[in-house]
Amino acid sequence: MSEESGKRVINISIYRTDENGGGGYKDYEVPIQEGMVVLDAVRYVQEHIDTTLAIRWNCKAARCGSCAAEINNMPKLMCKTRIDTIKGKIRVAPMSAFNSVADLVADVSENYLINRQIPEFSPREAEIPWKIKQIDVERTKEFRKCIECFLCQDVCHVIRDHKADYVGPRHVVKAASLDMHPMDTVDRSEFLNNEGGIGYCNVTKCCQEVCPEGIKITDNAIIQEKERAADRFYDPLLWRREKKR
Amino acid sequence: MGDFKEHESDLLIVGAGGAGMRAAISALGMGRSVNIVSKSLIGKAHTVMAEGGIAASIGDVDRSDNWTVHFGDTVVEGVYIGNWRMAEILAKQAPERVYELERFGAVFDRTPEGKIMQRAFGGHTYRRLCHVGDKTGLEIIRTLEDKVLHTDAKMFDEVYITRLFLREGRFCGALGLEMRTGEFLLFKAKALIIATGGCGRVYKVTSNSWESTGDGLALAYNAGAELMDMEMIQFHPTGMVWPPGVKGLLVTESIRGEGGILLNSKHERFMLRYSPEKKELDARDVVARATYYEIKAGRGGPHGGVYLDISHKGRDFILRKLPGMYSQFKEFAGVDITKEAMEVAPTVHYQMGGIRVDPYTCATSVSGIFSAGEVASGLHGANRLGGNSLADILVFGKLAGEVASRWMEGKDTLEPEDSEIEREMDRVRGFIRKGGNPYDLIDELTSVMQDRLGIVRNGDDMRKAIELIKDIKRRSEEVGVSGGLKYNHGLLGCLELQNMIVACETISVSANIREESRGAHTRSDFPKRRREWKVNIVCRKDGEDISTRLIKVEEIPEEFARYVKPEVYEDE
Repeated sequence: MSEESGKRVINISIYRTDENGGGGYKDYEVPIQEGMVVLDAVRYVQEHIDTTLAIRWNCKAARCGSCAAEINNMPKLMCKTRIDTIKGKIRVAPMSAFNSVADLVADVSENYLINRQIPEFSPREAEIPWKIKQIDVERTKEFRKCIECFLCQDVCHVIRDHKADYVGPRHVVKAASLDMHPMDTVDRSEFLNNEGGIGYCNVTKCCQEVCPEGIKITDNAIIQEKERAADRFYDPLLWRREKKR
Repeated sequence: MGDFKEHESDLLIVGAGGAGMRAAISALGMGRSVNIVSKSLIGKAHTVMAEGGIAASIGDVDRSDNWTVHFGDTVVEGVYIGNWRMAEILAKQAPERVYELERFGAVFDRTPEGKIMQRAFGGHTYRRLCHVGDKTGLEIIRTLEDKVLHTDAKMFDEVYITRLFLREGRFCGALGLEMRTGEFLLFKAKALIIATGGCGRVYKVTSNSWESTGDGLALAYNAGAELMDMEMIQFHPTGMVWPPGVKGLLVTESIRGEGGILLNSKHERFMLRYSPEKKELDARDVVARATYYEIKAGRGGPHGGVYLDISHKGRDFILRKLPGMYSQFKEFAGVDITKEAMEVAPTVHYQMGGIRVDPYTCATSVSGIFSAGEVASGLHGANRLGGNSLADILVFGKLAGEVASRWMEGKDTLEPEDSEIEREMDRVRGFIRKGGNPYDLIDELTSVMQDRLGIVRNGDDMRKAIELIKDIKRRSEEVGVSGGLKYNHGLLGCLELQNMIVACETISVSANIREESRGAHTRSDFPKRRREWKVNIVCRKDGEDISTRLIKVEEIPEEFARYVKPEVYEDE
């Protein structure tokens, strides 16, 4: 550590779990570095103060989505949150919508199980190599930016409060990314409407507020998929037509 | 005595990046059962960090491109010590792997005719990199992840493999520690594919993520496999320099590919001096050295870097083509790259060397162990072209999966020795004790590498480095941490340190042997490239020592040599 700054330090409170499933915040003092992010501080604690602190991080570049946590109760990426943007005390806790593994590490494995249920990409027959228009690429691109940090799942009050049978925003985005794929043939609104429980979402837009990739989750994925489901399953004209047959 | 859970499959794959997952898809397609083990969560592997694109000579943008040109570029820019057979396989198969990936669901940017858009990159004769913005790696890993998640492959994420077991000289199993539970897992299989990526984290300043600690290198080396070309460490010319927390973070070559220029503090476009023809788009070793010399000569910026400027291309262009870079600089450094230049310096990016494999089978020198991707060696020689690693992981990942699946036909699964399993569990548990902090030693080790095995090397520094690494190795036997086996990053630090040391030892020993400058390996005491060093340096574990040997690079037969610009040596 450089000494010339006269050892400026910050205090950071980190949530620690104990053996009995309980836990609480513990305070640590960390030397300040220019442009420091929360992950730097947490890693400092883990490497130099208490090596048993359980943390999860990977790319430190906001590209992998491993270091999702709640910083002063806001779901954020630790690697992307500059210390100098936080006023007052810094409190870091794990994402609370998931079960805890230890300390800051949440058990996000259920997300991979949900992903397995989403009908996979099923392209139509077409001459190879495919011809696709850039404008169609752009339509799906937004949803493909998702880095699977699961912050949107964490902030979603349907998941938090009810654990209802709603797959959650991340998985609607996934379904949308496939539905919007110019070559795909499946309509996943059926899955979302039935097993996916998209009806539970009451479009409070919390998910798109926390998305580090700036994906308009509610506006562009959830509402679109809800409308598709509505068209498909609740359209009175369609019902009448079906009955006639 | 300790317990462990057993998991058996036909094929075990260690590493869930592009190479590992592509291998899994092949093996599953051939009816093999597959267990995939990953140190990180699924979908977080270092592949996700790849930005610029995947090199394939599909000729959608430049119609004259074809596999022979890609082949030639790969051999020439690998400075003639790459394996030409691997270069041929790569150049021929990359286009089909790209189209196949598209059929798996990946989306690439398009040309006005609806074909795949390709961008220019250093060292590639034509615009060759298929891409989606600057997030090509994410697209590739997500596509493969989806594909694999919809199969019967079993994924074990956040499991750290600590040792491989052999029986009768053949692979039979691997022991892993499941971080989530703190339980030991024994994976039994007929064959193993190591696809664990590189070792960039043995340097202080690196673009590599947490995972890249040379784990696969060390697993293979300790099991008796040969490593090759370990001295060849790629420095990417442009990494971030500020703020300190992101020092080393990659600034994609696409910026130069899309027209970005490099300037020193006197606003000179210095690449005109170092490489008048290719300028910013010369191979990475050339641009990295130029950048290094400019900074050394005192023509760097306030944070010790040079300037990379793309602002002349305009805001719309930058936001469309380089959205990731825009937000990276905006958020981390408070720099708006549509208006101002970025400050950048070289950063450790890739290991060209690694486990020695057979070009046609990806087989290592240990029976039943195959390897693909960054951890394997041969394809890239002394310097890797941008975009060739994404092609590498798909082409050789597929090949490894197929060959391993065929190879195991009619073979039984062998039982690892109980005593070896016990000994390994004891070794891992043994680090839970009073001892030195592993991170202090990692800090020392990475400093040695950064200071003495950097872009420009010399014999004195390297010999000193070998000594220092020996000393760190000795002290690494006394590291210890508190806590238990469950999600103990400190324990992982102890285990990773041992692997990092293997990487550092083999890098420094090989680098000291090569008395010339070639590709990524530049020596101030041997500044010239020399014909007698047209060899590959191979390391193998010999007790506590490293035994090394030199293998002459195979001459390229005439029918292929005509695609390769002939080699010229200054002194001849």
